[in-house]
Amino acid sequence: MNSDIFAPWEDPQAKPLIQFQNVTKRFGDFTAIDNLSLDIFEREFFALLGPSGCGKTTMMRMLAGFEKPTEGHIMLGGQDIDPIPPNKRAVNMMFQSYALFPHLSIWDNIAFGLRRDNMPKHDLEDRVEEMLRLTRLEQFARRKPHQISGGQRQRVALARSLAKAPKLLLLDEPLGALDKKLRQETQFELMDIQEKTGTTFVIVTHDQEEAMTVASRVAVMDQGKLMQVATPDRIYENPNSVYVADFIGDVNIIEGRASADGEDTYQIDWAEGQSPLTATSASDFSNGQACHIAIRPEKVTISADRPADAINAVQGKVHDIAYLGNLSTYHVELPNGTIIKAQTANTRRISRRSFTWEDPVWLSWTATAAVLLAN
Amino acid sequence: MSRLSWFNTVSLTLGFAFLYIPMIILIIFSFNESKLVTVWAGFSVKWYGELLQNEQILDAAWVTLRVAVFSSTIATILGTAAAYVLVRGGRFFGRTLFSGMIYAPLVMPEVITGLSLLLLFIGIGLDRGILTIVLAHTTFSMCFVSVVVSSRLVTFDQSLEEAALDLGCSPAQAFRLVTLPIIAPAVISGWLLAFTLSLDDLVIASFTSGPSATTLPMRIFSAVRLGVSPEINALSTIMIAVVTIGVITVSLITKRAMVRQKQDEMAAARTE
Amino acid sequence: MGRPGLAVLDSYGCGSAGELMRRAFLIAVPYVWLLALFLVPFFIVLKISLSDTELAIPPYTPTLDLSQGWAGIKEFFSQLDFENFIWLTEDDLYWKAYLSSVKIAVISTFLTLLVGYPIAYGMARAPVEWRPTLMMLVILPFWTSFLIRVYAWMGILSNEGYLNQFLLWTGIISTPLVILNTNSAVYIGIVYTYLPFMILPIYSSLERMDGSLIEAAEDLGCSRLEAFWLVTIPLSRPGIIAGCFLVMIPVIGEFVIPSLLGGSGTLMIGKVLWEEFFSNRDWPVASAVAVVLLLILVVPIVLFQRNQQKQAEAEQ
Repeated sequence: MNSDIFAPWEDPQAKPLIQFQNVTKRFGDFTAIDNLSLDIFEREFFALLGPSGCGKTTMMRMLAGFEKPTEGHIMLGGQDIDPIPPNKRAVNMMFQSYALFPHLSIWDNIAFGLRRDNMPKHDLEDRVEEMLRLTRLEQFARRKPHQISGGQRQRVALARSLAKAPKLLLLDEPLGALDKKLRQETQFELMDIQEKTGTTFVIVTHDQEEAMTVASRVAVMDQGKLMQVATPDRIYENPNSVYVADFIGDVNIIEGRASADGEDTYQIDWAEGQSPLTATSASDFSNGQACHIAIRPEKVTISADRPADAINAVQGKVHDIAYLGNLSTYHVELPNGTIIKAQTANTRRISRRSFTWEDPVWLSWTATAAVLLAN
Repeated sequence: MSRLSWFNTVSLTLGFAFLYIPMIILIIFSFNESKLVTVWAGFSVKWYGELLQNEQILDAAWVTLRVAVFSSTIATILGTAAAYVLVRGGRFFGRTLFSGMIYAPLVMPEVITGLSLLLLFIGIGLDRGILTIVLAHTTFSMCFVSVVVSSRLVTFDQSLEEAALDLGCSPAQAFRLVTLPIIAPAVISGWLLAFTLSLDDLVIASFTSGPSATTLPMRIFSAVRLGVSPEINALSTIMIAVVTIGVITVSLITKRAMVRQKQDEMAAARTE
Repeated sequence: MGRPGLAVLDSYGCGSAGELMRRAFLIAVPYVWLLALFLVPFFIVLKISLSDTELAIPPYTPTLDLSQGWAGIKEFFSQLDFENFIWLTEDDLYWKAYLSSVKIAVISTFLTLLVGYPIAYGMARAPVEWRPTLMMLVILPFWTSFLIRVYAWMGILSNEGYLNQFLLWTGIISTPLVILNTNSAVYIGIVYTYLPFMILPIYSSLERMDGSLIEAAEDLGCSRLEAFWLVTIPLSRPGIIAGCFLVMIPVIGEFVIPSLLGGSGTLMIGKVLWEEFFSNRDWPVASAVAVVLLLILVVPIVLFQRNQQKQAEAEQ
């Protein structure tokens, strides 16, 4: 194993920091978390990603100690933490609303947790100053929370939760309240701080771009279950289900029936009178099994004539064009009515665009470009 | 958060018991047969019958009702105007004095208000009677109305008024057609507050009334000074019942309006 | 808030004299009303308090006669004296009554806070769908007659009252407690009648509070009690202050409760003023009592208004 790459989840010897062991959480009749097991390792930046109501916030609140699992256990460093109340856990949380105490100054907010530990005055002052430096808040120390900007508040919340040097830091939609540009800057800042402090971060978010940017691993959740846990690139390139493929980024889904065509290669019949499509897959499909082809728009090539060597090529006409500046997305309608999106980089100025509305075009992609999914 | 902890359950139970048990006891003993109010001697409504024969009390009730209707109506008009001036009037000469005069009567001891008004009425030679009570009640209850209405006006979206002006209303029309309908609930609750304050008042009425006008609280006060009496229990029960029915009716109406609005919004969302 | 409104009124109002008149009218009517019926009476009280008793029985001369010019003004001032105020300091009844009013007000405000805070806290922590009902239950007694609510306690607290009957029946006591016509009865009556004034402002400040603040405090190592003390209490302080003022200021001048529930030993200045006026018919002394009472109340009233203003600004 290459020691430069941080990937403890691939090392069978590594001891996870957090273990969810068959955790189920019910609120009355509603099952928020359904028999879920998950390992998170030290120094990881782990993202829980999913739509609202998928159970990601419940996972985080169980880690913080505000909720207890109905069944199963949560281990922190090998110790069952279920009976430990939130104020005794070596876990700190950064709240979505930041939850800064409005009656205390920035300095006192950051010192709040340290004072609970009866830290000696001198050490406490040093620690607060260190946190202020880390989050570049030195000149705001004496202000009250309502006297600083949203981005600064976010950093105060981070500094406050990091001040106690927790084993694990939980971040609940930490950047949700910031505007897009600030959010992107702050994402990198978060990664820097995580690296500097070496703390394990667990972040909850519904923003897939944010999860992809910051996280070492992403867990995609739906209805209290983990759909896929993997590194961002694997989640994107090798989604294990239509749900994950659809949730992360843009994707074209073509339904069809598979038939084997040599090792790992399948022919997929997808429409009457159209030649079958070819795709490779590591997982097995039986002959005639229903399947979904998932293709990212940027892997679909658009051209005026049929490319000579293309394995998969379909004809259609341009239905819509979305110009995004650096990219253009063409919505191409196939004869059976299916819309396929194809993305091209705008390397030339727009004045000479190759295609326009209603143009007949060919779409093509390689056999390895698509992912074949059973469900 | 969704469940109550035992501490909260206990404090709410004890708190509301403390608030309601005295009144419940009062109501129960108004149906007591015996003249001795503290000893139960069987169920009877005879004190209610006697109450209806008591000319003095009926007279006083009629005086009180007239005073309350007149004073609360004038107070609502003046109080709404004052609230509008305070919230929207901008700057004018003596604004601080004006807002001070609005807020001060809220906490002013009634004995002082009563005494000062009486001295004024005598000074200008006004005969004391219903008119002077109405003037006195209007003065202090308009301040309550003004506070209620201005708290609504503060949260009122001013762009609605601007939209009305933009669409061709004069400021007066904008107030009548847009502002007033929206703040109407606050104006109505201001009126109800002024009405109850007037019904309730003993001290100011005692100072400002003359021999020709005795209000119900004044009658009750002179009766209960002598001790507890079953007739007063009966009268109290009627007053409690009227207020309770009134408050519950108002809150049911507002609740129904809110439920209906929610249903309409949900129905509208479905049609999208 | 006011300035944009002014712009609207002005920019349109300047166009027509009618609108300008309307605005002036809108301001003038409540203004003049309050001047005539609120402010002017105070000056009359002040003047009477400086007059002699004989002169003050209606019609109480002297009046300021401006037609006599400077001599009239001099005449007017020469007739004023501080005799009544000196009288207040000489008879210890008055300053004892002031002191005891303030003492009773402070103690009963504290008691009301002790009773009211847990109720407000429980309401703010209750499920959202209960809250309107709980609110109504707090406000309902406030709408019922003050007099009746005080009267209700007379039947409970008297020697043969329901409380003594109950306590005797349970065997906790063997002889009836004397509560009615003592200061204890006054405290009970004040706490009972003024409770909604304490609960409502505290409730509204607690209800606005973000629940995640408590969770944040616990997350940072506070126990439940510490979180309450370090976060909940400071954040509900505006509500506590408003509630305390709303109870304390009117209680200082309270008349009904001490005269119905208190005894001969209960000294409160509202009662003294009433008796001075109605029984002794000594108007100048009654006026002087009122002026001093007002001076005592000016400080808390100004503080109260400043607190309310600060809160209103914080909300915007």
